[in-house]
Amino acid sequence: MKLKPNEKLNIKELLKDLDKYEPRRRGWHWRDGRNEKRTIGDFEYHETSESLKNSVPLPGSRGFGYIDPQPDCVITTEIASGRFEDDIRRMRMAAWHGADHIMVIRTAGQSHVDSLMEGTNQGIGGIMVTRKQVRASRKALDYIEDEVGRPINFHSYVSGVAGPDIAVMFAEEGVNGAHQDPQYNVLYRNVNMVRSFVDACEAKKIMAWAEMLQIDGAHNANATAMKAWKVMPELMVQHAINTAFSVKVGIKPENIALSTVPPTAPPAPCMRLDLPYAVALRDLFRDYKMRAQQNTKYMESDTREAAVTHTLNMVISRLTSADIQSTITPDEGRNVPWHYNNVAGVMTAKQALTGMDGLREMVKLDREGPLGQKVRELKERAILFMEEILEVGGYFKAVEQGFFVDSGEYPERNGDGIARQIDGGIGYGYVYERDEDYFAPVSVHFGYNNVPTEFEKASDAIGGDTFEDRSKIQYIDELDEHDNVNVRLNEVEKYYDTNLVKPEVEWRADGTVLLSIFLPLDERTAEFAAIKCGEKMGLEDVTVVHKQVMHPAEGTYCEVKGKVNFDINIDELVIPEKPEVLSEAEIREDIQNNPMFVVAATVGEDEHSVGLKEILDIKHGGIEGFGIKYEYLGTSCPIEKLVDAAIETNADAILLSTIITHDDVHIKNMQKVNDLAIEKGIRDKVIIICGGTQVTSEIAVEAGLDAGFGRGTHGIDVASYLVKRRREKKA
Amino acid sequence: MKRADDFEQRRAHLANLTDEELYERFWELAEQIVDPLLELGRKHTTPAIERSVLLRMGFSSLEVKPIVEGVMQKGLMGKGAGNVVWRLSKKLGCSVREAGLLLAEGKHWDTVDTLF
Repeated sequence: MKLKPNEKLNIKELLKDLDKYEPRRRGWHWRDGRNEKRTIGDFEYHETSESLKNSVPLPGSRGFGYIDPQPDCVITTEIASGRFEDDIRRMRMAAWHGADHIMVIRTAGQSHVDSLMEGTNQGIGGIMVTRKQVRASRKALDYIEDEVGRPINFHSYVSGVAGPDIAVMFAEEGVNGAHQDPQYNVLYRNVNMVRSFVDACEAKKIMAWAEMLQIDGAHNANATAMKAWKVMPELMVQHAINTAFSVKVGIKPENIALSTVPPTAPPAPCMRLDLPYAVALRDLFRDYKMRAQQNTKYMESDTREAAVTHTLNMVISRLTSADIQSTITPDEGRNVPWHYNNVAGVMTAKQALTGMDGLREMVKLDREGPLGQKVRELKERAILFMEEILEVGGYFKAVEQGFFVDSGEYPERNGDGIARQIDGGIGYGYVYERDEDYFAPVSVHFGYNNVPTEFEKASDAIGGDTFEDRSKIQYIDELDEHDNVNVRLNEVEKYYDTNLVKPEVEWRADGTVLLSIFLPLDERTAEFAAIKCGEKMGLEDVTVVHKQVMHPAEGTYCEVKGKVNFDINIDELVIPEKPEVLSEAEIREDIQNNPMFVVAATVGEDEHSVGLKEILDIKHGGIEGFGIKYEYLGTSCPIEKLVDAAIETNADAILLSTIITHDDVHIKNMQKVNDLAIEKGIRDKVIIICGGTQVTSEIAVEAGLDAGFGRGTHGIDVASYLVKRRREKKA
Repeated sequence: MKRADDFEQRRAHLANLTDEELYERFWELAEQIVDPLLELGRKHTTPAIERSVLLRMGFSSLEVKPIVEGVMQKGLMGKGAGNVVWRLSKKLGCSVREAGLLLAEGKHWDTVDTLF
C-alpha cells in the first residue's frame, strides 16, 4: 500500500495479512541532517534537519513562501484515544505537521495484568497494547513515514508486572522506543519493588538487544509532588538510579534518555526556577539523551495558557538542549486528547523551536551569577539524598521510609512521601532464586544462566529463538468476538468512505463539536446558560469544558462540547466552483495588448494595509507583476475619494480592502461603493472588487460588487479575475 | 520523618569539591545504590521473566501462562520454565514446541517430576 496525499488511509486494507507483517527495521532513528547549516526559502537555519517530502507548514509560512523547516530534535506526540484504528489517522495527521515520535499510551490498568494481552479491545485513556495493535500501528507508520519522507519512531511502555513479556513483543515487532523505569512501578503502580527491579533487568537486556531508546519515568515525580519545584533534587536521584541501572544491564548510553520536565509554570517565576534544574541535569547526565517533556502539573482547561507554558518550556530546551521535544496536547487539562490538539501541540513545538533557531549563538547562560550557585546547590542536594539512601541501608529501605515524592526540598522532609513495603505490593512473593542448574535457552538473557556445555550459546538448545528466527513468533489475532476492531468498524460502516460524514474529535463519527460562547453573566450562571445554549442548538451530552471569568459581573467566556445527532451528506452540499485561474503568461499577454489601470484603497476607518499591498506590489507577486498599473490611495480612505479617483483616472477597476467587520461595516462599505458608483454613472464600465480576511465572493456579490476575495488570495487570483471579467464585459 | 532544611550543615563535606569531583561523587553513589539491585536480578527469576523466555522459544502468550503456572506449582521456577520445556522435549523425543503445547494442555506434568 502506498499512501496518496489526497486519499484516506485504508484501515481495512491495513488490517489484511497482519499475521505476515515484518517490521522493516529495529532501533531508534534520530533526524537526518542535524548539525549542518541549511538554506530554506530566504533564510539560513542552524538547528534544523532534513525537510519533509510532504507536510503542512505553519500558518505564518504564507509570508515566507510556505517553507516548513524541521527542527533538529525529534518531536513526540502522545496518542490515547483507546481505538487504534482512529489513532492511526491521527498519527498520519501529526506526522504531516512534524511529529516523528509516536507514543502510544496504554489503557488504564494494563500494568497490573500479569501477561501479554491480545486482540484489539477498546481501551480507556489509551489502547490495550497487544501484538496486533502494535503490528497494525507499526505497519501504518511504515506507510506514513514513506509519505512524509522521514522515519517515524513508535513507542510505548515496558512497565508493570509483564515488563519482560512486553519487551519481547516490542523487540519482535520493531517498536523503536519505550518507557522503562522500575521506580515508576514501585512508586506509582504499587508493584512489589523486588519484583519490579528483577523484571527490569530482563526487560532492559531485551531492549538493549533491540536497540530501543529507553525513556525513564522520573517526570512522574514532578506530576505527583505537591509542590513540584521542591522535588528537583529527587528527580536527579531517580534519573541516576534508572540510568546507572540501565548502563549496568547493558543499554548503550546513547539509547538512554531522561524524561525531564521543567517543574513549574507561570504564575510562578518558572524560568528562574526551572533553568538551573535543566542546566544541573545536563551537567550530570552529559553522556545521555534529553527527552524534554512539557509541564502537565499546572495545566488547567485553558488551551491558550497551556500553549504559553509549553512555549516557555521550549525556551529552556533551546537554551540548554533537547534531543527529543515531547509535546502535551493543550486540551489535556480538560479531556482525553482530541486529534486536532495532538496536531496543535506539535505545531507549537515546531513553531517555537524554529523561531529560536540558533538562539544559543547569541545568548549565553551566565554561570557566574545566581544560575551557577543554584546549579551547584541542586547537585549537592541530590548527592546528599543518595548518601542518605546508602546510610539507611540502600534503595529498598529508603522506599520503605518514604524517601521519595516527599513535598520537602531535600534534605527538608515533610513526612508525606510515598512509602512501599518490601513484602507488599502487586507481584509480591513471585521472585524465585535461580538454582545452580537454572537454564533459559534464549539468545538474550540477564544474569545467571547455566548453559549446557554441548551448546555454544543458550539458544542453540532450541535451534534459535524468535530473535534469531521470526517464523517462530506466534501471532494471535482476536480473542474477544464482541469487542474488537472489526465490530467497531462495522458500527461506523456508513461513515467509512461514503458520502456521509459527522464531526469528530476522537473517533470516527463521534459527533463531538466544541462551541465558543461569551455570556455577559457571572461564572456560575454563565456555565448553566452555556449548557442551555448548546441544548437549544440541538446538541446532546452538553458539557462546559472550559470557562474563564472576564469580570465577576460583566461576563464569562465558556467553551462547551456536545454531540450532534445528524449526518451531513456531502453529495447534497452546494459548493461553489473554485474559479479557474489564467496562466501568468496569458494574463501578461492580455495586459500588454490592453493596458489596465485600477485604483485601490483600504476603506472606512481601517488602517490595515498589508493584505492589499500584497495584492498590488510586484514584490509580493501582486497584480503589478502582470503589468497592471495602479494608484494606491492608502488606508482609512473615504468611499467618495476612492470613487472620485476612479472617475479622474478613468480606471478599469476599483479594488477596496476591508478588514474590520465590526457591526458589518465591511458589508456596508461595499454597498456604499456600489451605490456611489451607480450614482456617479460609472458602475457599468468599472469592475468593483473587495478583499479582506472575512470577505467571501458571496457577500461581495450580494452587496452589489463584481466579486470578493478572502483569506489566502494571491495577486494572480485577482489579476486573472480582472482579465476574465473585462473580457466578459466587452463580450 | 519530618526534618527542617539542614542543607548548609550537611553539605560541609561537599563544599570544597570541584564540579568534576562532584560529578564523580554523584555517579559513584548511584552505582553503589544500584549494585545490590542488579545482584538480585542476576540470581533471581520471576513469572514474567520465564514467560518472556517461553515467548522467545516460540510460544504464544496464551500458551506460556499455563506452563509457567505449572512450573510454579511444581516448585521448579529455580530451574527455569524454558529449561523444563527443553528437558521434557529431550525426554519425550519431540520438538520443543510440541513439548510446551503438551504442558500448556495440562499433559505430561508427571514426566516433569522426573526431569531434575
